[in-house]
Amino acid sequence: MKSQGKPGREAIISKGWFRAHQWLISRRFSQLFILMLFLAGPWFGWWIVTGNLSSSLTLGTLPLSDPFVLLQAIAAGHWPETAAITGAVIVVVFYLLVGGRVYCSWVCPVNLVTDAAFWLRQRLGIGGASSLSRKTRYWLLAAILLVSIVSGSIAWEMVNPVSMLHRGLIFGIGFAWIVVSAVFVFDLLVTRRGWCSHLCPMGAFYSLLGTRSLIRVRADNRSACNDCMDCYLVCPEQQVIRPALKGADKGIGPVIDSANCTNCGRCIDVCAPNVFHFGLRFNNQNSIGSADANHSSHSSGVEIS
Amino acid sequence: MTSTRPKPNSGASGSPGRRQFLKDSGRTLGIVTLFALGLGIYSRQSHSLPAEALRPPGALEEDDFLSSCLRCGLCVRDCPFDTLDLAKAGDDVSVGTPYFTARDVPCEMCDDIPCVAACPSGALDKSLVDIDEARMGLAVLIDHENCLNFQGLRCDVCYRVCPAIDEAITLEHRPNLRSGKHALFIPTVNADHCTGCGKCEHACVLKEAAIKVFPLELARGKPGEHYRYGWEEKNERGSSLVAPDREHRYNLPSGQSYDFDKEGLIFEEETNAVTPFASDPLKTLNQGLEQAQ
Repeated sequence: MKSQGKPGREAIISKGWFRAHQWLISRRFSQLFILMLFLAGPWFGWWIVTGNLSSSLTLGTLPLSDPFVLLQAIAAGHWPETAAITGAVIVVVFYLLVGGRVYCSWVCPVNLVTDAAFWLRQRLGIGGASSLSRKTRYWLLAAILLVSIVSGSIAWEMVNPVSMLHRGLIFGIGFAWIVVSAVFVFDLLVTRRGWCSHLCPMGAFYSLLGTRSLIRVRADNRSACNDCMDCYLVCPEQQVIRPALKGADKGIGPVIDSANCTNCGRCIDVCAPNVFHFGLRFNNQNSIGSADANHSSHSSGVEIS
Repeated sequence: MTSTRPKPNSGASGSPGRRQFLKDSGRTLGIVTLFALGLGIYSRQSHSLPAEALRPPGALEEDDFLSSCLRCGLCVRDCPFDTLDLAKAGDDVSVGTPYFTARDVPCEMCDDIPCVAACPSGALDKSLVDIDEARMGLAVLIDHENCLNFQGLRCDVCYRVCPAIDEAITLEHRPNLRSGKHALFIPTVNADHCTGCGKCEHACVLKEAAIKVFPLELARGKPGEHYRYGWEEKNERGSSLVAPDREHRYNLPSGQSYDFDKEGLIFEEETNAVTPFASDPLKTLNQGLEQAQ
């Protein structure tokens, strides 16, 4: 059954509007709430969190640092002080548990920009196949670390749209809006989900971080799939769904195991037959709808393409 | 679907798939190489810091600073005087790094140095515990022609506002050659004590400050490594580095001596020295005439 019109219409009919948007709403709330925590200080004088996503201090005690920025500093030849290392370790442990790219879909301010670009792209019916490989971001990640080593500076942070936007919103945007607009235009006109799902080396870093994360989207109820394709249409990393959703015959378990999955949960929202749900990575048995018990212990492994 | 990566067995044989894969890989590699080169060049260019932009106290040397600053702005937030700012994209300062402009807001030199305490990465060095040891830059009285004190006026504002008054800035007396009878009080910066806080530049009464704080590498000259000042070496060792002069011998006619320090040329009158010259020069000339006859 091919769904008509906007993806998720069936889900709205069968589950109601709120349940068909619950993870999207939660995600927007999370993104804006975290942004407001940072903005409450400069805007209202409520200094709950100071700093920005690169490094921050919450309530004057809890240090949090972006491990990717710290990795660049180390590559550039500077061993940071304890505060930054402690902050980065806390962040790393958190994302090891909840999924690295949770950062991308629940925290990163650029996601609001690229989601808006994607929404507009769909509305305007802009199509066209991308010629970009989704692996490009990993190459960019490697190149950035190499440039840091060679140039001895945190070079990427001079152009990184993610930190530029977040820092700009808090400390004054300057010309960073041009960089952010470039990301928007790129996603709108050039490549579907171009920045977040093809280029962003920060996302690539968090992907690698979340390779073995605990919390995953699971397609345990995959036998109920009615092939409406809505999950593919909304997913920013379409390639991650197929193995879990359609892999029962090949002995692949129901856990969406790719590190590129951002745990955004939009597939859960738009699925009328409730195929997906958030769960743990364990019990990835090919039991539901399994035709071949011999493959039941097979894990799909990590896929970062 | 956006990825054009073909399935491994999409072609009739494996060959077209592999060719496509190599083509795609080559393109990706090309994009990434261009990106890396561009980023490398851009990062090199961004290493230059405009002269009026000063780093917070305790900042590492600029290259090290750029490798260690996380661009988080915690130092900016903890500055009680809103001196510091994070460079915005489009500013001349490397984007996201903290700096201040002395003419706008100078550093107030807090005793507890909250900006350094706030830094999570060590880009602001925590070994700086005494703000007087900070070297954010060095004040330079750069425009002698417009500085009011150089005109013989008693402006003195830079000297008065200096947190290390009479140490970092002293007033040196010079004769006022214009009036012929007054003194000039020349504000003079002593690098041993100047922290580069910029209060002098901020306070200068001129429309454009005559005294400015510059980064140390711009503000300071540097003698060659082999340069030695004789008087300093002499103080250190108690004697001159070079061999002492032999006592000078004046080749004076007998009966005369020379006292360098006091009296100058001395005629020893008690000995009646016979000179080859008579007191009357004509006599001498006539002497020669008599001999010829």
